[in-house]
Amino acid sequence: MIYQGRVWKFGDNIDTDAIIPARYLNTSDPGELAAHCMEDADPGFVGKIKAGDIILGGENFGCGSSREHAPIAIKAAGISCVIAKSFARIFYRNAFNMGLPIFESAELFAAIKDSEELTIDSTSGTITVAGGNKTFRINPIPPFMEQLIADGGLMKHIMHK
Amino acid sequence: MGYTITEKILLAHTDLQNIQAGQLINARVDIALGNDITAPIAIKEFRKAGGKKVFDKEKVALVLDHFTPNKDINSAMQCKFVREFALEQNVTHFYEGGNVGVEHALLPEAGIVLPGDLVIGADSHTCTYGGLGAFATGVGSTDFAAAMLIGELWFKVPESMKFIISGSLQKWVSGKDLILHIIGRIGVDGALYKAMEFTGETIGILPMADRLSMANMAIEAGAKNGIFPPDEITREYVEKRAKRKYTFYSSDGDAEYCDVIEIDAGKIEPQVAFPHLPSNVKGISAAGNVKIDQSLIGSCTNGRIEDLRIAARILKGRKAAAYVRLIVVPATPAIYRQALQEGLLETFLDAGAIISPPSCGACLGGHMGILAEGERAIATTNRNFVGRMGHPKSEVYLANPAICAASAVLGRIASPAELA
Repeated sequence: MIYQGRVWKFGDNIDTDAIIPARYLNTSDPGELAAHCMEDADPGFVGKIKAGDIILGGENFGCGSSREHAPIAIKAAGISCVIAKSFARIFYRNAFNMGLPIFESAELFAAIKDSEELTIDSTSGTITVAGGNKTFRINPIPPFMEQLIADGGLMKHIMHK
Repeated sequence: MGYTITEKILLAHTDLQNIQAGQLINARVDIALGNDITAPIAIKEFRKAGGKKVFDKEKVALVLDHFTPNKDINSAMQCKFVREFALEQNVTHFYEGGNVGVEHALLPEAGIVLPGDLVIGADSHTCTYGGLGAFATGVGSTDFAAAMLIGELWFKVPESMKFIISGSLQKWVSGKDLILHIIGRIGVDGALYKAMEFTGETIGILPMADRLSMANMAIEAGAKNGIFPPDEITREYVEKRAKRKYTFYSSDGDAEYCDVIEIDAGKIEPQVAFPHLPSNVKGISAAGNVKIDQSLIGSCTNGRIEDLRIAARILKGRKAAAYVRLIVVPATPAIYRQALQEGLLETFLDAGAIISPPSCGACLGGHMGILAEGERAIATTNRNFVGRMGHPKSEVYLANPAICAASAVLGRIASPAELA
């Protein structure tokens, strides 16, 4: 799969309360959750992004609660994928289960600026920065996981099988 | 090579002959837990996958504790949705209304989770049950749905970090301070994906309430689980509660650890985690003059009867400072009743406290204790992220019940030692 979009850069330890504050967890409707995506980290976030854009985090992205509402909100807001230096354990698992692709890269964070355009090829495992010749290696997503993401998450994938 | 307690429990829940850290396994689940926030998504996923019956109605727990008593119409709808499912499935461990308690205080208290169990919960603080010597970890709603459907789930066997804790605890120092100190030392991702195993002479005499509160915060260091070797203190706690068999596991002498950290507990003073990370800890003597608007005593970390007794001891004959909202949340109905019988609730009322029904509401900024812009709370809870208890420009400081009680009286973050 190819993911292409503008990068929105965040810091280390972006927690699930920042991704989707608990005050909005009285619903599990993806559209309603998306309206508050990243609200406590960047209040204007949802109004600024375009479909396909990319979130770039530092260490331990998605730490805190087990709420699946976090990857649901990110995906429903139109974010195509999340790249971070590292992910918190529960978020890592939830993201794939919800069909939100995520990539770990230790080098990318320091090397690119907010709002740069990236192209990610999850099959070959490369990230290319637009307008330059910078390329970064990432672990490719294995075929079964690509299929799971294409199906829209774990449960849809199981039913598809 | 021997096994750690975590490896032994995981192995016992598979049909495998042996396992090792890093291996992916399928394992049987003894208890699968969800609450009013996470269960609605899980139930929808369960149905989407064609689920008709949960794998075992005795092994599913549904606890409506987060936005209850229902804070608004949406919350009421979520609870109704879970209730209808619980009744349709005849789920044994369904708690709501006057029976509900904060899930991670309630399940051990009711003997629903036991030593040697493999527990998964759609709530990150499910790791609390490691205090009993169980393997317990938080998962998302979809994983909970899968476990309700087939009674098993895939896991990566975690590497284990061993914490050897020795020395006598100083006055007003508790398990909460030990875990805050450890998180301060290793960071909020210091145990990412790993098991945190707590051992040593200090742990050997540590009461169950303190063990549960330490295991509870393993997730704040990024851990998959926290675990205590079960012993006589464990036996005393579980034997009067268990209604089924349980097993004590212990680590082998030659088990492999990715890290061994020794801690002199005698050198640790009461700890305070400053905004906005649980790892941002200072000793109480270095806290400085931090005025507070609210003090919250409760939660799955510190809402047990032992915590309320400590708070009452400090609040007896004293009053919360003017314009400080002191909120006490007994974590379960049994704790509430015990506190009533011991006269603790009267002490809290005399001190000007608000006594809340059991609920997770205030801790996660849901309801019943929200902070305004610029306000500060000290809390016995487990997270102090931006906006955790209310407005994104409010602040949460984490500490033990003694510090929270003394701070309520003095109107600023303070030690009980300051109260003459």
